[in-house]
Amino acid sequence: MLEIKDLKVSIEDKEILKGINLSVKAGEVHAIMGPNGSGKSTLASALAGRDYFNITHGKILFDGKDLTELTPEDRAREGIFLGFQYPVEIPGVSMVNFLRTAINSMRKYRGQEPLPAGDFLKLMREKKQVVEIDSDLTNRSVNEGFSGGEKKKNEIFQMALLEPRLAILDETDSGLDIDALRIVSNGVNKLRSPENATIIITHYQRLLDYIVPDVVHVLYKGRIVKSGDKSLARELEEHGYDWIKQEVDANN
Amino acid sequence: MTDQEKILNEVTGSDYKFGFQTEIDTETIPKGLNEEVVRIISAKKEEPEWLTESRLKAFRHWQTMEMPQWAHLTIPKIDYQDIIYYAAPKQGAKYENMDEVDPELLDTFNRLGIPLEEQKQLAGVAVDAVMDSVSVKTTFQDTLADKGIIFCSFSEAVKNHPDLIKKYMGSVVPYTDNYFAALNSAVFSDGSFCYIPKGVHCPMELSTYFRINAANTGQFERTLIVAEDDSYVSYLEGCTAPMRDENQLHAAIVEIVAMENAEVKYSTVQNWYPGDKNGVGGIYNFVTKRGICKGDNSKISWTQVETGSAVTWKYPSCILRGENSVGEFYSVAVTNNYQQADTGTKMIHIGKNTRSTIISKGISAGKSQNSYRGLVKVLKGAKNARNYSQCDSLLLGDKCGAHTFPYLEVDNPSAVVEHEATTSKIGEDQIFYCNQRGIDTENAISLIVNGYAKEVLNKLPMEFAVEAQKLLAITLEGSVG
Repeated sequence: MLEIKDLKVSIEDKEILKGINLSVKAGEVHAIMGPNGSGKSTLASALAGRDYFNITHGKILFDGKDLTELTPEDRAREGIFLGFQYPVEIPGVSMVNFLRTAINSMRKYRGQEPLPAGDFLKLMREKKQVVEIDSDLTNRSVNEGFSGGEKKKNEIFQMALLEPRLAILDETDSGLDIDALRIVSNGVNKLRSPENATIIITHYQRLLDYIVPDVVHVLYKGRIVKSGDKSLARELEEHGYDWIKQEVDANN
Repeated sequence: MTDQEKILNEVTGSDYKFGFQTEIDTETIPKGLNEEVVRIISAKKEEPEWLTESRLKAFRHWQTMEMPQWAHLTIPKIDYQDIIYYAAPKQGAKYENMDEVDPELLDTFNRLGIPLEEQKQLAGVAVDAVMDSVSVKTTFQDTLADKGIIFCSFSEAVKNHPDLIKKYMGSVVPYTDNYFAALNSAVFSDGSFCYIPKGVHCPMELSTYFRINAANTGQFERTLIVAEDDSYVSYLEGCTAPMRDENQLHAAIVEIVAMENAEVKYSTVQNWYPGDKNGVGGIYNFVTKRGICKGDNSKISWTQVETGSAVTWKYPSCILRGENSVGEFYSVAVTNNYQQADTGTKMIHIGKNTRSTIISKGISAGKSQNSYRGLVKVLKGAKNARNYSQCDSLLLGDKCGAHTFPYLEVDNPSAVVEHEATTSKIGEDQIFYCNQRGIDTENAISLIVNGYAKEVLNKLPMEFAVEAQKLLAITLEGSVG
């Protein structure tokens, strides 16, 4: 589904990603871990098309299409969803209005008619249950005055509603208490299917107790330096990142 | 160029939808302004002697005045002798019967979305349509007359209700008030008059639609609304003009009188031609709007959505004389390209326990300048007066300006006056968040701007709110990249 080939990304003149190779198949969950400043969030943003990241080299193929040639909105319409580390507040714009605009933009892209208001509200009700979200939350403005946990839940709720083929969750677990973490993870697990894939970006192993990944990658200094199964995450939890850093730095 | 700049350029580059001109025979008088011209206008309108005299008095006073320079506006010198002060579609002044109305005129108002045939109109909105210097047609007059409500053109009111006009005209905005008020009082052409008798709740929205059509003319209308004790009326005003390379002058007066327990809601969607992308052409909009809460417990509420005009100079105000009276001002002012707006309000607290609320939302894009200017004045006797003001500015791009000039004069120690102001830039983060959910940048901006202005848009009557939302999107089309 997703093929990243020798991807190099810089901000201004500083190279952050120095040749990423990654292959994600439908039905898989990948976890990308790594110490602070290793380039995890840059990778997420580059996939979503944030413009101040410069792709200097390499390709991102999504079902064979080169994503780097698409605008951020077209990437989203192709089925890429980014769960933001810091979801943005949009005062005065109701969640209902926001999501209806979003879903209808995507439908239009696929040549579908706009979703009738009644059907849309029904869909919202269904998806709210997935993430155990309060009815009240969807009546408020986008993320405005939401607590940290509510914002993260709201990201998963949007993901449930928009049904992406590839979801990238950027530090979705940061700042969550244990209950919110359980709810968010449940939501992600319920949405897992053989047709879609998920990339989880996280600093801690904790989230991976709830969402069990198929593959774990370690990102360090802009490169994927180690990949393995879920046991790699546990190893990192026990020993930290230092042994990997030493291994990498010794080879250089 | 960043993405945001690109979209800004696109959004600011959109076309004005109402820029067409109607080919219709128009009767005009020669350019220029002197006592003779004032007399001609008065004669054309077959006015009584006292009104002619009142116009001349205003004209003589205007000649002694200078155009105000205090606003944050750059206006090229206006040659008042180069303007036509009266223009009227030929074929008699007013149409009694729809069959008599020139089809071109009907078509004009249809294209503006204001059908003049009553059966085609939105149920519940009566319209007075004013083209250049005359009122073309007022709808639903009979329905309203059943309740004793008078809703007609200003010229008709002078003929049919001279006592009311004599009593109230100039009682809120005297001709000495300011330069443009004096000019209007000398040469005003037409406008609307509305009288709600005691105890009557007006069953429909009343509205006036102003259209400038003829070239080189100025539009100088007057609106007078009188609400007797225990009455209620909601009044709407809309305006458009053709696209022209020359600037055209619009100087209007609106007066509102609210007696005991009366409530008047006045909503404006101002969409005069703003000029082109390079700042050529557009309407100079100099308007004096003021209401007096004369009776106890009365209320006047101004809501305005200002998207048009090359220059806007406008401060809808409330004089809160009655005890417990309430004044409100809700405003969204959008400027794009080279537009300039200096707008706000004055709340004058005279009576005890008077309250006022000011919510102003400025949105600047392109190379425009957008200023809020507001005065809250609490007089000695206004015990327990309360004011809350909130002035927000939103900037799109980095070539525009937003300014806030609040003035507070408080002479009573029991008064509580609050002022909050914020300035924000439309965030790239917000736009990207929308993009990531499949919403393109243009729609994202429209969503964000409408969200920002929601508090004010919610105050508009339903049909108007929808129009206003679309208008905001169109005005900002092409303004972020």
